[in-house]
Amino acid sequence: MSGGRRVGGYAVAVVILLAGWALLAWLIDSPALPGPFAAFGDFFSALGEGLVEAFAVSAARVFVAIGLALLFAVPLGLMVGRSPRADAVFAPLVFLTYPIPKIVFLPVLLVLLGTGEVSKVVLIAIIVFFQILVTARDAAKSIPEASVLSVRSLGAGAAQVYRNVVVPASLPAVFTALRIAAGTAVAVLFISETVAGTSGLGFYIMDAWGRIDYGDMFAGIIAMGLLGILLYEVIEFAEGRLCRWTRVGGRTVG
Amino acid sequence: MARVAIHGLEVVYEGVEQRIEALGGVDLELGDGEPVAVIGPSGCGKSTLLVALAGLVAPTRGEVEIDERPVTGTRLHTALILQDFGLFPWKTAYHNAALGLEIRGLPSAERARRTAEALERVDLADFAGSYPGELSGGMRQRIAVARVLALDADLLLMDEPLSALDALTRESLQGLLLELWRQRGFTSLLVTHSIEEAVFLGRRVVVLSPRPGTVHAIVDNPGMGEPAYRSSEFFYEKCAELRGVLVAEGAFAERRAGP
Ligand SMILES: Nc1ncnc2c1ncn2[C@@H]1O[C@H](COP(=O)(O)OP(=O)(O)OP(=O)(O)O)[C@@H](O)[C@H]1O
Ligand SMILES: [Mg+2]
Repeated sequence: MSGGRRVGGYAVAVVILLAGWALLAWLIDSPALPGPFAAFGDFFSALGEGLVEAFAVSAARVFVAIGLALLFAVPLGLMVGRSPRADAVFAPLVFLTYPIPKIVFLPVLLVLLGTGEVSKVVLIAIIVFFQILVTARDAAKSIPEASVLSVRSLGAGAAQVYRNVVVPASLPAVFTALRIAAGTAVAVLFISETVAGTSGLGFYIMDAWGRIDYGDMFAGIIAMGLLGILLYEVIEFAEGRLCRWTRVGGRTVG
Repeated sequence: MARVAIHGLEVVYEGVEQRIEALGGVDLELGDGEPVAVIGPSGCGKSTLLVALAGLVAPTRGEVEIDERPVTGTRLHTALILQDFGLFPWKTAYHNAALGLEIRGLPSAERARRTAEALERVDLADFAGSYPGELSGGMRQRIAVARVLALDADLLLMDEPLSALDALTRESLQGLLLELWRQRGFTSLLVTHSIEEAVFLGRRVVVLSPRPGTVHAIVDNPGMGEPAYRSSEFFYEKCAELRGVLVAEGAFAERRAGP
């Protein structure tokens, strides 16, 4: 997609969203759902009153958590997917633990790791870790053996097979999983910030709710939405950089 | 350059459910610079023969020697071209062609020079920056050929390299392979399902038996070597002879009944 078309698409989407929001606010007619103009007015005035700091805290938590999850999940998943012996041990372990909703461990983490940064980051990281792990394993497992033979015939050792085949072949699947995981990550961030601590957007929103300050509350909600968009855009950008070949084809000039 | 000797080569795969005997004792010698084609029923172990020669699969019994040295792993001057998967969609034409040299750790200036030369040779110099997804099937196989040229291989192993291509592209690439062989004189072993291709590109055509593969017959084809051979009467006679050998072996019946 060209840059111009992309921006144009975003503009249309924003207009549709704002119009829908305005309509809904008008129909419901409650202070809990202000219209977009009022809400953005509150949003901009809240920026100077702690919203920027809350946003920064939340963004740092979610980015660090996702980074940590990737750091562990991608190499481990690829290795397990490529090694039938490791997979024989690992697959049952993962498939037993994968369906357990990890969010239920939040109280345990709060007790063990305290109500500060660590417990929140660890919880998000664990949840993202599992989603990426399973995808990376499946992707590595489905690489055609002929692809591997082809580089090995050129004299490639294990490390070069990973670098030239396993990693690039699995990256698109990892990015798809990451996009889904990012949505979950923001949701978990919100929950963990509302349950414990006195910082971040989750706290900001629930604190405003407690004070019945709907303007502030909505400013926080908008900031949370922007955080989600920022996360997606960063992922999109990284994918464009690392998986350039998936963006080719179907383009014509003129 | 490269003389190949295969003695009593047996390869047995330990599958998940059962052992599969792919090759059941193959004896074959390739002279230095000799182009040999291999044809045989599906599943008879043709690809297995190539990967064993490339040093990627160890013989269960028997041995493979190149220049009187037993093959125990990959060899610097052996090149393998596969039907698909030989090229990587995530690498540009340049990096696909340069891959062999990259893995061998050649200095980058030397690598760039040889890769550019090879791409030039297969008429893809203008497409160095394109991804395989942006190229036609014939262009992709030419990148695979460029990779081999860049490597300066003396033994070329090809596993149905042209079978996914349309008839016209196929003929032009057969012409390219013949020309390169005439220029460079590498020893080559070409696996194919096409009788015409085997006769056009093989000085001898080895017919394998159904699995477990053994050498069923060898058809001598001394007329091979000229681009014009394809339109000569001898060519048609040779194709008919080869077809006769395959029919007698039951290769066609096998393929109809087989999976
Ligand atoms: N890695 C493997 N593990 C187990 N069995 C295998 C493996 N590779 C091949 N085989 C089996 O060995 C036999 C020979 O396979 P091979 O691929 O060498 O045949 P082929 O002659 O190349 O067939 P085709 O003409 O269809 O390409 C087949 O029965 C196949 O199922
Ligand atoms: Mg085969």
